[in-house]
Amino acid sequence: MNRRSLAWGVVVGCVVLAAGGLAALYLLRPGMLPQTPGADPVNATTQTINLGEYLARAGDCVACHTEVNGKPFAGGRAMATPFGNLFVPNITPDDETGIGKWTADDFYRMMHTGISRDGTLLYPAMPFASYTKVTRADSDAIYAYLMAVPPVKQANRPHALRFPFNKRELLLGWRTLYFKEGEYIADPKQSAEWNRGAYLVEGLGHCTMCHTAINALGGSSESKEFEGGMIPNQNWYAPSLTSNREAGLGNWDIKDIVDLLQAGASNRGTVYGPMAEVVYNSLQYMSDDDVKAMAVYLKALPQRESEPPPTSQARLVDPTVIGLGRKVYVAQCAMCHGDEGKGHPPAYPPLAGNQSITMASPVNSIRMVLNGGYAPGTKRNPRPHGMPPFSHILNDDEVAAVVTYIRVAWENSGTPITPAQANELRKLLPE
Amino acid sequence: MRGLWLILFAALLGAGESALATEDAVPAFKEVDSMEARAQGCVTCHGQSGQGTQNGAYPRIAGKPAGYLYNQLAAFRDGTRKYAPMNYLVAYLPDPYLRELADYFAKQRPPYGDRETRRAEATALARGKALVARGDPAKGVPACSACHGNGLTGMEPGIPGLVGLRAIYIVAQLTRWRVGDRHAIEPDCMKRIATRLSDSDVAAVAAWLSAQDAPADPSPERSNLVRMPMACGSQR
Repeated sequence: MNRRSLAWGVVVGCVVLAAGGLAALYLLRPGMLPQTPGADPVNATTQTINLGEYLARAGDCVACHTEVNGKPFAGGRAMATPFGNLFVPNITPDDETGIGKWTADDFYRMMHTGISRDGTLLYPAMPFASYTKVTRADSDAIYAYLMAVPPVKQANRPHALRFPFNKRELLLGWRTLYFKEGEYIADPKQSAEWNRGAYLVEGLGHCTMCHTAINALGGSSESKEFEGGMIPNQNWYAPSLTSNREAGLGNWDIKDIVDLLQAGASNRGTVYGPMAEVVYNSLQYMSDDDVKAMAVYLKALPQRESEPPPTSQARLVDPTVIGLGRKVYVAQCAMCHGDEGKGHPPAYPPLAGNQSITMASPVNSIRMVLNGGYAPGTKRNPRPHGMPPFSHILNDDEVAAVVTYIRVAWENSGTPITPAQANELRKLLPE
Repeated sequence: MRGLWLILFAALLGAGESALATEDAVPAFKEVDSMEARAQGCVTCHGQSGQGTQNGAYPRIAGKPAGYLYNQLAAFRDGTRKYAPMNYLVAYLPDPYLRELADYFAKQRPPYGDRETRRAEATALARGKALVARGDPAKGVPACSACHGNGLTGMEPGIPGLVGLRAIYIVAQLTRWRVGDRHAIEPDCMKRIATRLSDSDVAAVAAWLSAQDAPADPSPERSNLVRMPMACGSQR
């Protein structure tokens, strides 16, 4: 055999292997589920539909599946991702454009495995890696509720993802790396309350979608679960839930955690930005028992860091910066947050000892100074207080100085920030 | 049209550079559990009592009819009126609370700031005055005062006052209506009017309005004292 025919042999071999691989993928691709008569979701009881509505709220389905000012669950909303825009589909029970022809089995397979009715692999913007933990009974209840909402005829828009992310076959790789299928399994060593909280936080609540860092492949690794990260395309930092130096709740009272989640404001801090949206659309509707269960679970999350917390950095900061920061603070901030940073909680949150001020990422503090913010108006806090924007009043040096000041004053253990960091965030539109 | 946008853009760029706020735009309140304290989220732009600030891009909101203010707050929340800083601030506030905020500022009667001293051509001022008082029948443009009131302090429940606004804000809003970026509740009478105005009409109206002295009585007119020349959705 001469060299040329060997080369040809290698090429032909590769082609055959590639063709074989594609054929295998094609043959193994998921298809439609067989019809299994038996379940009768069309005649779901009022009780089941109401439970489904409650669970759909726990899953915050409406937030993504409804366009601004659009009809509930009719989809169409553009979801910006680092890979391009996804257009969220219509999940109203319209036969042609929605999920009207889906069965409860189809719906459960989608929730549990991330595979759509026709066998399409879903992009993980749909949090099926969390929803896989939802029980069959809860999935059926949500299905029954969605079948009972008004159908809307609104065709889905095709996604606008960049190559190669527009190739759904790649999701096989993503799923192998980052997706573990399986309903929630109760931990017998923990209380029923803890287990209920874990089920809600890890499942329908899909908290890890933001509170776990996303890598370049759009995946998040299990070992870093709840360790926090920047929310792609929203430019807010979702703090770690496993570090008491960030949003870890290890040393919070259960009441304060419940207030934060359910009312949106507590004696320890207040929610703004994307978390305000979660409280507004979802958590405010959760029962007292369920919110308390989530609080119990979140408080008990294992703490990941071992070294002692840093001490005040105040003496390390340029005195002229501290001087400017204090001057701005006294003029603009002290009225609401107090000379000693104690605030008027829950109306105006404390800044002294507030983890979201001192945590390593200063992004949220800078954004609040620039754009202000109102806590969400909720059933328990229908008339929230708010903070005005200062982006038009303070220049970058002043923003950096005042944020540095609140991060190091009153024994706070944060680090100084630079005018360049303030400038970066000033360029973004508030959202 | 492009010239108007450039002026607007330059004004917004300049906004980031001022050093410290004037005293009447710094947060202040007496009781934490009060509407005054709850409205502090508005004051660095709209002033402590909604009187507006030196930065002309932020309008006076004090004394505008509550229905108008509520319509704007709801439109900002729902994204039908677009201005990112406002859309963000009110995104998660429920209707009854937006009505309360609107009522709060509608009741305020702070003094007016100094009128604008920007120089305008006499011909532009004359054209502006004519449009405000008589409109331009040839173009099908009714007088501003026909709906915004003889004192230009607005009309209950949904038509805003025009006195005390800066030229840059008036130009910006009329331009947004002309290009289809701002809407009112249908039937959208302001759209019909704004699209009949030229660039120079807009500049003239803004120049004249912003140069007027404070009215003796800042309250808006009661609704339906006069029959309006156009049907306006915000008056229903």
